[in-house]
Formats: sequence, structure tokens, C-alpha cells
Amino acid sequence: MSIKQVFTREEIERAITRISHEIIENNKGVKDLVIVGIRTRGYVLAERIAKVIDNLYGTKLDVGGLDITFYRDDLSLVAEQPVIHNTEIDFDIENKNIVLVDDVLYTGRTIRCALDALIDFGRPRTIQLAVLVDRGHRELPIRADYVGKNLPTSQKELVQVKFQETDNEDSVAIEETGNDKEKDSKMGS
Amino acid sequence: MTKKKTAKWVHKDLLGLEYLSKEDIELLLDTAGSFREILDRKIKKVPALRGKTVVNLFYEPSTRTRVSFEVAAKRLSADVINIAVESSSVKKGETLNDTGRNIEALKADIIVVRHNCSGAAAMLGRNVDISVINAGDGWHEHPTQGLLDMFTLRKKLGKLEGLNVSIVGDIAHSRVARSNIWGLTKFGAKVTVCAPKLLIPPEIDKMGVRVTNNIDEALAEADAINVLRMQFERDDMKAFPTQLEYFKNFGITEDRLKKAKKDIIVMHPGPINRGVEISSQVADGANSVILEQVTNGIAVRMAVLFWVSQARDKDKKDEITH
Repeated sequence: MSIKQVFTREEIERAITRISHEIIENNKGVKDLVIVGIRTRGYVLAERIAKVIDNLYGTKLDVGGLDITFYRDDLSLVAEQPVIHNTEIDFDIENKNIVLVDDVLYTGRTIRCALDALIDFGRPRTIQLAVLVDRGHRELPIRADYVGKNLPTSQKELVQVKFQETDNEDSVAIEETGNDKEKDSKMGS
Repeated sequence: MTKKKTAKWVHKDLLGLEYLSKEDIELLLDTAGSFREILDRKIKKVPALRGKTVVNLFYEPSTRTRVSFEVAAKRLSADVINIAVESSSVKKGETLNDTGRNIEALKADIIVVRHNCSGAAAMLGRNVDISVINAGDGWHEHPTQGLLDMFTLRKKLGKLEGLNVSIVGDIAHSRVARSNIWGLTKFGAKVTVCAPKLLIPPEIDKMGVRVTNNIDEALAEADAINVLRMQFERDDMKAFPTQLEYFKNFGITEDRLKKAKKDIIVMHPGPINRGVEISSQVADGANSVILEQVTNGIAVRMAVLFWVSQARDKDKKDEITH
């Protein structure tokens, strides 16, 4: 089993800054813009993007956290017991432009759950997707609007994103598992 | 942010709080917290139990518990079937186990059972492979009521450890009291039971509770009081002469609360008898959380339905892979 570092702290920071600029460019400003991160690390990323946007444009965007456990279609397949977090979206998403944020985009199933969950909160004007890493192997017709890094991987590999807030360091690493089943036991990011 | 270590949920059935560890209960309460948030949304529904069927099998009349389970199951996108025993083949002599096996053969996934015999849910759970949830069995346990009382307390006061909780009323015939005692003592709360002497069951002190027959004593140190319904409609209710006399001696009134802690929490499992165990002023007053309990009950029951069905799915998966 080997671990290969693919993203350093500085690279993560630069990617987040670039994504923040792209979000503003794409939406022609910050009007009606809100950010929703998928628990746990998508939420950390969402808060960082909001902070960068605040520094750049002096606007504090609403940031929500979304837990998608109850929307998953693979609950009976996961080897580990699901960990349930709280969903906190304490603002109205009606007619807003939502940037949905996650750390890794993989099969697309997590994003499918998140879309279902978001739509239960109201009818946003748009939902856009931002991810730090797109590792390919999609199983659903889903793509990201903002990508930190495209990372070609094999399904035997595990992409591990760590953030200071949750893991005491900023890094992205690829871990060789030699196990094809990894996909089933990990949440289909 | 530290990751909390949670228990691995392994229980196919929920029979009582006696049989759960503190970690099990914590997992249920935490999950209920997530479901509680869903109840405040515009669309109060998640697809977690989509395709599952929940059967409410009630051998005793019950509106609130049955409706609460029904709402909980529907919020999780399950299908719900209610069987009221008065109109079923139980009248024709079918046993509980046979009824359970038939429900299983109908491909239901979870049976929620209320029965007047203590241990009925446990027996049913042993005899069917599908999940069984105890919605009250005799004088034994009413685990989801215990859980929702604990959830409400924890939500209000932030913790259960070290709390003084007094349970007042017909302790002897109360499954609500027993589930509360099992659950609360596991979390290190100090439980006092208060009732007329004849309604205190023998050896209740062995469950780790303080016993008193004096209501003012029960109120003095209490952070919360759980007022049980006095079942004067029961034929065997000979323990106390009249409702009025009970109210005078044990009823929770504003005057009595004045001597208690200012922000004491007043709970009641419902339905309340105004002017019997609790005065209207207290039931509708600032200290009362009685209606919050009803809402919290849905969230707690969603958590229970969710985890028992998870445990069963795991079982099935193990069978396939081994």
C-alpha cells in the first residue's frame, strides 16, 4: 500500500482562490449567491470559498451544511455504519444561485443525493457544482462547474482529502488499496 | 472538530431501554436530532426508508403513539399499514405469533406492536425475522416514550448527566416510568419517583431511584418533572379514592411550582387530565414542554425506524456474502 501526495497546502489554497474567482465571474457578482457544502469536508471547503469571496469582494455569503445520509440509495451496501451529521441551511434557497461544494467528485451518487436533498428545501434558480478534485469514474450524468484539479485515478485507488479544520493538515493524496471494492465501502463521492 | 465515537447499531428489534447501551441510546438521540431538523423544513420528508413497509399492530387503543409512528414512517417515505385489533382476525382467535408471521409473509419490514402483556414485543421479535418495535407492552416498557422524554430533556438542558428528574404518578402501572428510569440512570441522571404508597411498586428502589410519597419533596431539587397520567378509568384503580383528592395531594399546580426551581421543565406523556394530575395553568404554562414532546416523538421514532431497518439490511447482506 502506497500513499502519493498530489496536492500541497499552497496548491489547495490557489485552487480555492481560483474557484472563488470563477464563481463570481460565472454569476456576474454575488447577488443571490449562496454556498452549500456537503458534510463533512465539502462544508469545510464551502466555508473557505466564502471566506475568499469575503476577502475579495467584501460580501459575506450564506453558507449551509448538507448531510445526505438519508438520501443515499446505497445505505444497505456500505460496509461501515453511516455517520449522520446535521443539515443546517438556515436561509431561503428559493430563486437563489446555489454553489454546491464537495471535496471529491467520483461516481456522482453523493451529488445526486445532494440535489434531491436541496430541492426538498425549495426551488433554487440554479445549482452549480464545485469540487476540489474530480477523479473520474462517473456512474451518473453529473459534471462539475468548478474543479480544483482533474485527477486521473484507477478504481483501486482511494483519494484522500484532508483539511486543517478536520484533519489538522491540508493535503490531497492518492492511496493504492489493491482493492476494487473500495468504491462500495467508501461513500460514492 | 472531533469525531465522536458512535456505537455500532446491531439491534434488529427495539424492545426496551433496559437492553440498550448508553452508546446505543446516544446514537438514537443524535440521529433524532438530525430528523428533528427535517420536521421544520417545507418538505418534511426524506427517502431513507423508501420501499419499506411498516405495520402498526395495536392490541390496545392508542391514538398518539400510533399516529406518531405513522407520521414518522411516512416522513421516511415508508408505506404504513395500521391494524386495529378490534377489527382483525385476532377476534377470531389468532395468536400474536401467527399474526406476526402473517404480517411477515405479507412482506412487511417492520412491525410496531402495542400489547397489554409485558414481554409481548420480545416474544414477537423472537418469532419473526423482520424488525419489531415495542410501542408499549403491559407495565414493562415504552421505549420510544422514554427516548423522546430524554431527547426533550437533552435538547432543553443540553445534557442528561447529573440532572434531577422526578417522575410523579402511577409508577406501579407505568411502562413510561420504567423506560425513563432505565434510560436516564444509564446517563447518570438522578431519578426520583413520587406517588401514593399503593402506586409505588415493591423493590423499585433496586432500579437506582429515590422514592418519596411527598410531592413537595419530589419537586424541591428537580430540574425536570415527568407527570404521568392517572388512569382513573381503570377498573382496578383502587389505590386512590377520588380524582379531586389526588389533585389536592399530588397534582402539579402553580402554587407547588413556586417552591420548585424557577425554570423546572414540566413533561407529560399525554393525554393529559387537566385538574387531575396537572392544572391547566401549568399544562399551558411557560415551564411546560408537553407539545414539544409530541413533535420530538416523531423525530425519535424516525431514528428508531431508521436504525432497526439498517440492522436488518446488514443481517441480510451478511447472509448473502457468507
